[in-house]
Parts: sequence; C-alpha cells; structure tokens
Amino acid sequence: MSEGRRLYLDGVSVVFDGFRALNNLSLIVEPGELRSVIGPNGAGKTTMMDVITGKTRPTAGKVLFGETDLTRMDEAGIANLGIGRKFQKPTMFDALTVFENLELALKAPRGPIACLRWKLNGEARTRIEQTMAEIGLTERAQDLAGILSHGQRQWLEIGMLLMQDPELLLVDEPVAGMTDSETEHTAALLVRIAGKRSVVVVEHDLEFVRALGRRVTVLCDGSVLSEGSIDHVQNDQRVIEVYLGR
Amino acid sequence: MSLAMSPIAADARLRLGLRAGLAIFVLLLGIMPLLNLLPVTNPLHVSDFLVSITGKWICYAILALSLDLAWGYAGILSLGHGAFFALGGYAMGMHLMRMIGPRGVYGHPVLPDFMVFLGYQELPWYWLGFGSFPFAMLMVVLVPGALALIVGFLSFRSRITGVYLSILTQAMTFALMLAFFRNDMGFGGNNGFTDFKELLGFALNTSGARAGLFYASLIALVLSFLICLRLTRSKYGRVLTAIRDAESRVRFLGYNTTSHKLFAFVLSAMLAGVAGALYVPQVGIINPGEFSPANSIEAVIWVAVGGRGTLVGAVLGAFTVNGLKTWLTSAAPDLWLFVLGGLFVAVTLFLPKGLIGLIKGRGR
Repeated sequence: MSEGRRLYLDGVSVVFDGFRALNNLSLIVEPGELRSVIGPNGAGKTTMMDVITGKTRPTAGKVLFGETDLTRMDEAGIANLGIGRKFQKPTMFDALTVFENLELALKAPRGPIACLRWKLNGEARTRIEQTMAEIGLTERAQDLAGILSHGQRQWLEIGMLLMQDPELLLVDEPVAGMTDSETEHTAALLVRIAGKRSVVVVEHDLEFVRALGRRVTVLCDGSVLSEGSIDHVQNDQRVIEVYLGR
Repeated sequence: MSLAMSPIAADARLRLGLRAGLAIFVLLLGIMPLLNLLPVTNPLHVSDFLVSITGKWICYAILALSLDLAWGYAGILSLGHGAFFALGGYAMGMHLMRMIGPRGVYGHPVLPDFMVFLGYQELPWYWLGFGSFPFAMLMVVLVPGALALIVGFLSFRSRITGVYLSILTQAMTFALMLAFFRNDMGFGGNNGFTDFKELLGFALNTSGARAGLFYASLIALVLSFLICLRLTRSKYGRVLTAIRDAESRVRFLGYNTTSHKLFAFVLSAMLAGVAGALYVPQVGIINPGEFSPANSIEAVIWVAVGGRGTLVGAVLGAFTVNGLKTWLTSAAPDLWLFVLGGLFVAVTLFLPKGLIGLIKGRGR
C-alpha cells in the first residue's frame, strides 16, 4: 500500500463569477484508502472532483497526486496518470456495445495509430469478460449501452472505471437509482477495490456510507466541516445543523 | 456470440447485403466505358455524356466518403470540405497547365497563358516542381492535408466544436475562394485553369483517356472505401464514434481527443484532395467557383441523404443526389435549388439516418 501515491488538496479555491464553489479546501487521501465525502447540495463535492480530474482549474491552491501537480495537466493526462472518474449521471457511449465500451476504457496505448492497430488479444478479452461478470453484464455484452437500464448503466460505468486500472477512483453517487441489493453489491465491490487502490466516493445515501464503514469527510460551503468515522460526524453538532438536521 | 437472429446478427447480414450491393454497383460502373465502345446502334451502348458524368459522380462519391469520415464518424461537421477538394483539383490543374508546354495560345515555352497575359517574367516559386507528376500528386494530398492540420489543430485544441466549427470551416472555404479570385495569387484568377492538353503523355480529349480517368477514379473510390472501412471497423473508429457522442467523457478515459480528431480530419482532407485531383482532368477546368460555400454544403446534403455514419450511405447519397440534380437541371432548371433545400429539410425531419436508414428499417 505504501507504494501508491497520495492525493493532497492544499488550500484549493474555485470561484465562479464571485461564487465560491470551493473555499480553501484541504484534504488528504492516503494510498489504498476508501473515503466517503458527503455534504448538502452545493457543498462543492462535484466541483472538487472536477478540480482533481482537470475539468476545472482552481482559482487558488495546489492539487498534488504523489509529486505531480494536477492543476497543470489536462483531463486525458490526468486520466493516464491513473485517476479514473465515474460521473454522477452515468456517461458512456450509447452507440457502442457494452463490450466495446469496456474495450475503449481498457488500459492500453491511447494514440490514434495504436488504436488503429489494436487487436483484441486473449488477455484483454479475458479482462473484459471478468469485468463483465463482476458488474453482472455478461449477458448484455453485445447490447448497445444506450438500451441499458439506469442501474445497469451505473454498473457499466463502474466497470469502465475498473478497466482503466486506475490508482485512484473518484466515484460520484454510484448508487443513485439502484435497488437495495444492487446498492449492497456496490458497497461490497468498492470495499474490495480499496486497498489495492484509493477510492473517493461522493454520496448522498447515508446508509450506503455507513455500509462502506470508513472515514467520512463532510463538506459544506466549499470546505471541510468535519472528518472522522460515520458515528463521529453524525454526532458532530455542526454537521447536524447544516446537513443531517434538515 | 449470441442468438442467430439477434439485432446485431441481423445488422451484420444487412451490412453484408449492402456491401454486396455496392460491389455489384462498382462492377456495373466498371463495364460502362466498355459499353461505350459498342456501336451507337447497339441497345447496350452507353453515351459519352453518361460515361463522363458518371466519372464526375465517382469523384463526388470519394468526397462524400471523406466528409462522412469527418462528420458521420468523428462528428466534425465541416462546411468547407469543398476547399480540400478544390485544393487537390488546383494541384492537379497546376500540373496539367505545366503539361501544356508551348502549345498555349501565346506559345510561351514555360509560362501558362494567363501568366503571359498578366506579364509574368518567370514561373512563381510555388509553381516549381509541378512539372513533375509525382510531385504534383504529392501536393494533391499534402496541401489539403496541411490546411486541415493547421485549421484542425487550432480549432480542436481550443475545443471549438459544433456549429462554431462549421462556421469556421465555411469561412475557410469562403476566404480561399476570395483569395483564388485574385489575379495576383498566380492561380489564374476567376478564369482558373483550363485548355488542358495531356496527362502522363495521353491526350485528354480522347475516349481512351476518358476511360482511363474513369477507371482511375473508380479504383480511388474502392481504395478510399477500403481505407475508411479499415479505419471505422477498428478501435480507432469506435474512439471516433465515442468522441462524436460524448467527447469530454473520452478525455476522462485518457484519450487525447485533439489528436484523434486531427488524424481523422487530415486524412479526410487528403481523400477530398484526391477526389478533386481526379475530377479536374475529367471536367477540363478548375476555377475559384469550386471553393464556393454552396459546394461544400451540397456535399453535406449528399451524405445526409445517403445516411451519415455509414460508408455505403455516403456513396449512395452522392450518386442519388447528383443523379437527381442532372435530371432536374435539364428537366426543370429553376426547381433544383428548391428541391435540394427541400430534400435536406425532409431528410433531417423524416429520415435522420438517410436512405440507408430506410433500407435498414425495411430489413428488420
């Protein structure tokens, strides 16, 4: 675990037209850690992910992954560094099949010529098939992603994230629209993934966060309000005021 | 992989059927110049007019394929693809002008007529080398490719997409048209190039040369189709489709979408240049009118009518719309532009997948 890189946000602020989406946010995610991030709407959870993945440039502050400053890189560069992201609204390529979506996500050379020459070998096929089994979409391999149900789309996107073989996974609301048993399955999967990789989960569903059972960070108005175990933050008076009490 | 008649399998069979149809079509095209040799009294005789106009349509089909690669697959709606076509045509035209030699009206040993007329003393530097056929052929692909590289790099890097990119490409072809209209550009001004005599030693006004150009175009069409097929059936093709549908998501998977789009755009421009180069000796003239924005828009309509995102559709659209155009412009010349506009509106509203979508709908 110690060989992994840690994610370090240091005093990050993002200002949109005078609105402070992130306000001097500092956060450390250790290698192999599974971290839940909760907070009311507008607390800056998604903006935090945007900053880490290069979609949004911070107005101030540093974002370090190991020794690398992520604020100087573009989305593709950050993804290739080993940071994968699942979006709040599952996003994939509807005109491609489940198999092809996973194949595109599979870690492999990303240039045009390399893609042109790409041949699906046995090892790659096995990895894709293993992932399809893991996310329960083996039967749907040749179906277009566009016809999947919402829960299946969530799963496919998690599968795509796994194919990228990232060191750090950022997972935005993974269980929205899932049934209870699917939610349980997802929690188990994320716990299993963590350890080998760092995982940051943004979630509204407190039961789910409890099921993950790890360290929780509460964001409010763009900075950290409280941090600790789920019991600790649920009993934190400030958290109850701004979030849980509502 | 799954049941025999799953949608995917049905789709594959349909695709096979379409390809077989295309192969038969190419064979039919292939015997046209031969039928032209039959005596006029023979019912199977094909007129000179039909052969020469079909040769033009084959070039248009290559242009349609190239546009389909950029638009149908990569989602780059270029409204300036006619510019790449025209640049390829001008590169070929420059070679053909040099091949006139001393046979021009003014009889100058080196300078084309328009340069003598405009008082040029010597060949401008950018005309050097065009006396060589291989050099000219290289320029046919390199000049459109270089323009696409520059325009594409600047706009894709700045993440200019959608309608803004379309307007930009439209402005590009318009600017080139205005530039080529100027006499001091050294490309013959509004008259362009014409009065070509020979290519590779063959006199152009013979039926043999016409047949040769026809076959060269047909071979180029088949090769372009195979290149596009190879590209679109590879993982690269699926990356392009993914970029078309959700570019930012592709970036988060670690793909540098700028380089992928640039690769497709440059290749597409090169194919368009080849189409233009084959077109010019067949029609015997190239002038700045080829840069007209309307030409580029027409090419977009071919692809839309045929069915963008399918290679067979692009070819089908080019032949169908141009066939219709040839028939209508003689039957009811005033109607053509209305029909063209109406066709585009109708296809957009009722046939978003074009004629191919119609065929596929029946096939299911």
